[in-house]
Amino acid sequence: MTAVDTVRHVIDKHGKLKADVANLAEDADLYAAGMTSNASVNVMLAVEDAFDIEFPDELLSKCTFTSIGSICSAVKGLLEAAA
Amino acid sequence: MTDVLNDRTTALDDARFAFREELLSSGQLIGTSVPGIYGRSGSFEQVIAGLDRVLGETFSSLGATVLRFPPVYPRADFERTDYIASFPDLSGVVSSFERGDREHRELLAAREEGEPWDGWLDPTDVVLTPAICHPLYATLEGRLPEGGAVYDLSGFGFRHEPSIDPLRMQSFRMREFVFVGTPDAAQLYRDTWLDTSVALLASLGLAVDAVPANDPFFGRAGKMLVSAQLRENLKVEITVPLYADLHEGTAIASANCQRDHLTAAFDIQTADGETAHGACVAFGMERTVLALLRTHGMDTESWPVAVRAILGL
Repeated sequence: MTAVDTVRHVIDKHGKLKADVANLAEDADLYAAGMTSNASVNVMLAVEDAFDIEFPDELLSKCTFTSIGSICSAVKGLLEAAA
Repeated sequence: MTDVLNDRTTALDDARFAFREELLSSGQLIGTSVPGIYGRSGSFEQVIAGLDRVLGETFSSLGATVLRFPPVYPRADFERTDYIASFPDLSGVVSSFERGDREHRELLAAREEGEPWDGWLDPTDVVLTPAICHPLYATLEGRLPEGGAVYDLSGFGFRHEPSIDPLRMQSFRMREFVFVGTPDAAQLYRDTWLDTSVALLASLGLAVDAVPANDPFFGRAGKMLVSAQLRENLKVEITVPLYADLHEGTAIASANCQRDHLTAAFDIQTADGETAHGACVAFGMERTVLALLRTHGMDTESWPVAVRAILGL
């Protein structure tokens, strides 16, 4: 499973979107698609578990979790920093 | 449990402790063994009553429906909000004894031995009300009338946060004016009545300021919620500087756009069937009186004539 697939899976499970995650573009706004602030918290925690990473405080903001792409790039940055 | 009264590390802690001592020695507040739990004097209550009356008059043009709820509400309603996710550390669930004679004897035996006995208690179906609008929202499920609805609430709230700061009580009264209706009307309500509230509190001689604020959401998840709340300017606090340059100001009231936060949880809809939005202006009653005592002195008889007149003292 690619990182994008994993993120899609997490959003499907925790994002409580009104739209179908499988058809969502990587740059689509997740909040516009119905993700609430509280759902975004669950997405954040599940992404951490899935990749065994911890988002630093400066990334714990709405911008980081605004799209599949923004989440993937934050994850990629953290995985590269840890490598 | 930390000893908040003796673990003072900053000049601000010392200033808050000194103010607390002044309130206790003047008799305005009566201390207990738990920080944040106080008795109130007759003089203190006179100011509370005056403030209550002035708030009622100031907001009278709203034609709000007056409702009063007790300081506890159903745990089932509490479960429909995400309070335990956002503020687990502030929550209070009422426990009681629901077992039999045998377990009662075990409890008494443990107590006799000086051991903890609260393990024999179980959570009941009520929680301490954290914010007095929560019981209201729980009753509003369904469609609102055209133009929305406005409510006038008053009562005790509870937050588990023992503190040296006398303004941070664990059990305190709020007076709250709540609007539920369309998103645009809710935003307009918040902005309009924020300005009115600032003017009212300024007329009492308080050096008030209105500043963007956030709720004290718990933990790392809370950091994300704070960032969203601040960016969207959902919460504005009316603050008063009480400790000169040691602190920028303490909140005595707030004006909030709750958006669909509670209305979605309780399935509250506008007349058109859309999810309603909520907005409120809430006053911390004890906090406002304490700000007045700090500003005008411990003896309410010597407060400025104009302030005494407004409060009917």
